[in-house]
Amino acid sequence: MAGPEFEVPKLADSSYTDVPKINPGSMAHIKAFVAGQGPQEFLGYPWTMADDWKERVLDRMGEVLKKYRSVRLFMDICVHCGACTDKCHYFLGTADPNNMPVARQELMRKVYRRYFTLPGKVVPWLVGAEDLTKDTMDQWFNYFHQCSECRRCSVYCPYGIDTAEITMAGREILNYAGYGQKYSNEILGKVQKIGNNLGLPGPALIDTLEGLEEDIEADTGVAVKMPLDVKGAEILLVTPSADFFSEPHVESLIGYAKVFHAAGASWTLSSHASEAGNFGLFNGNYETMRTVAMRIRDAALELGVKRIIVGECGHAWRVAYAYWNTLTGLGWGGNDPFSIELQSQLDPRYKQPTHICEYTWDLIEKGVLKFDKSLNDHRVITYHDSCNVARASRMGDEPGGQFTIPRNIIKAVANNFHDMAAETIGESTFCCGGGGGVLTDDLIEVRVKGALPRMNAYNAVSKEHGVNFLALICAICKAQFNKVVPFYGFDMSMVGGVHQLVGTAIKLED
Amino acid sequence: MSSLTVFYIGLFYFATIVLVGGVAFRIYEYWKTPAPLVIPTTPAPTTRIGVSFRMFREVTLFESLFKSNKWTWIFGYVFHVSLALVLVRHVRYFVDPLCEPLVFIQPFGRYASFFMVLGLAGLWARRFLVDRVRYISTPSDHLMLALLIAIGLSGMEMSFVSHTDIVDLKGFVRGMMTFNFQPLPNDTSLLVHLFLVALLMIIFPISKLLHVPGVFFSPTRNMVDNPRDKRHIAPWAAALERKNG
Repeated sequence: MAGPEFEVPKLADSSYTDVPKINPGSMAHIKAFVAGQGPQEFLGYPWTMADDWKERVLDRMGEVLKKYRSVRLFMDICVHCGACTDKCHYFLGTADPNNMPVARQELMRKVYRRYFTLPGKVVPWLVGAEDLTKDTMDQWFNYFHQCSECRRCSVYCPYGIDTAEITMAGREILNYAGYGQKYSNEILGKVQKIGNNLGLPGPALIDTLEGLEEDIEADTGVAVKMPLDVKGAEILLVTPSADFFSEPHVESLIGYAKVFHAAGASWTLSSHASEAGNFGLFNGNYETMRTVAMRIRDAALELGVKRIIVGECGHAWRVAYAYWNTLTGLGWGGNDPFSIELQSQLDPRYKQPTHICEYTWDLIEKGVLKFDKSLNDHRVITYHDSCNVARASRMGDEPGGQFTIPRNIIKAVANNFHDMAAETIGESTFCCGGGGGVLTDDLIEVRVKGALPRMNAYNAVSKEHGVNFLALICAICKAQFNKVVPFYGFDMSMVGGVHQLVGTAIKLED
Repeated sequence: MSSLTVFYIGLFYFATIVLVGGVAFRIYEYWKTPAPLVIPTTPAPTTRIGVSFRMFREVTLFESLFKSNKWTWIFGYVFHVSLALVLVRHVRYFVDPLCEPLVFIQPFGRYASFFMVLGLAGLWARRFLVDRVRYISTPSDHLMLALLIAIGLSGMEMSFVSHTDIVDLKGFVRGMMTFNFQPLPNDTSLLVHLFLVALLMIIFPISKLLHVPGVFFSPTRNMVDNPRDKRHIAPWAAALERKNG
């Protein structure tokens, strides 16, 4: 690996990441690749900023302000108290003040004030209002792509202001003006044209799954199946496409298959919905997010499944848990024909959708699954709460189930577990640094620096307890850590899924 | 009646209309703008009652701020609680006769003013001393604190140094309420105090003071965590659904 062209932050002596003195402009040189004609036009956006870009920006902003209470309210009510200023992992890792949540919001707020409020129109210099210029757009593009929409700031804001909402709105407005991000928008094209973010076509998927079945049988002597497009199966598993061939993701897919096998479940994957991820979330466009989510509904109806289970993926679980019911009627409580059509097919005994961890933990509690925990004894494990699971969703019936259930699973399948420092997990968890549409090589400096707080917390348990395995339930976290932990001197084999641990310890019968 | 009294009567009617009308309009705006997606910051309560408790803790204890920064919490909390006491104490200038609790609270309200100004001073100091907060502070942030401190100090001056004629003041205030206008005592501290209060009332609906009604509408705090059990759909999203199927 060639050396990085930037300075990798030094690990701290403890789990605590020092709050740096601000260093204005230290990340001003960052610029994600800009989307070209293909993906922009596919998504219905212009691909260059035409003469009317300013009108388009203000138009869209006005629209968003009418459609989203979050944005409307958050533009008005921030008092600049500074509570959020030291909460963002990107600020902690870069010291660029524009990476403080409030300053990131101000990039939009100063335009809002200038064009949508009385004081901003009359006395802009007094209230921090500024004219909209091309420079503003460049700043938006830069700093709205140094936000992983992880919501950590929203935990600490006295009014619950969530910068993710502003970032999403900012990206939506940028797209509308013809200034889109290559990475996210190309993926949104692939998922709609081919069925998954990686652009893996059906035949390749069949090949991959058959290969995995052979591997498992060679390894365990048990014929564990990975069914695809089976009509009449009871369970549809929707999982991030990285699970099909990226390491270590695939180890978790093997884990799910083993769980289904041990439970004797009838299940299937779908080639049409071979992707749980939904980058529409990152872009803040409701219609795109809905179109992408509709693939799951369509697959469920076509295959006639009774239950939908979602694999290890953070933002996908947010969309599935919190939005699928709204977007596609996949859930309970809808009394319109659109919702009822799907509800009448689904099994009312279950939560719809169910997280794979909820499913596995339920089977463990019922005593259906048996484990040889010693098979995980070479691992000393810690668990990273992924941001979207931690702060935007739930598992089980109780608030906070998203923290306890994955940990309970780990403790049921392995003997050595140690949590990282309390202020870096649970609702206070630090993002991996690669979420929210930032997981691209053109933003590697942002990703490496943004991982600093998590790396410090990991380093501390690694030193104190000999932790050598970072367990996750997010495809983006897995890919991100795989790439960035070597910058901090760790081995990438330390990264893996919770169901990788399950798959290691589970006892299978024919 | 002096032109000064006429000016202040006009000023207060105007300020009251702007404050009440402006805040009502903002509340209407926030209320009618839909939250199309379920976005509580989790872990979040799973029932409406649970959400009420969460909001209650947020507005009475500043729970999130407490998690965030102890200094800001201390200064902010001391300021807000003191301000509340001071405001309740001021009810005496509006009602007649005084009820027992209102009499009881008078000394607390008087001395709370010290803590109010202290809290504000602490918050202002942070705007100079903490580099991150200095970076995000706009001129209006400083002026807002200056305004509140000036209101506090001018009030304290009357309360603790040169007493103004509060019987006449009450006559003036009650006069505005009953349209039976009475002259305003010509006392510099009082004139300054009342002018700044009117100014605060006027800028309320166009400033960050909107955090007061706004916090109750914050979707990350006021939404119930039940999206798998209840279908949540905004009117514009439902229209989209009918169009696209």
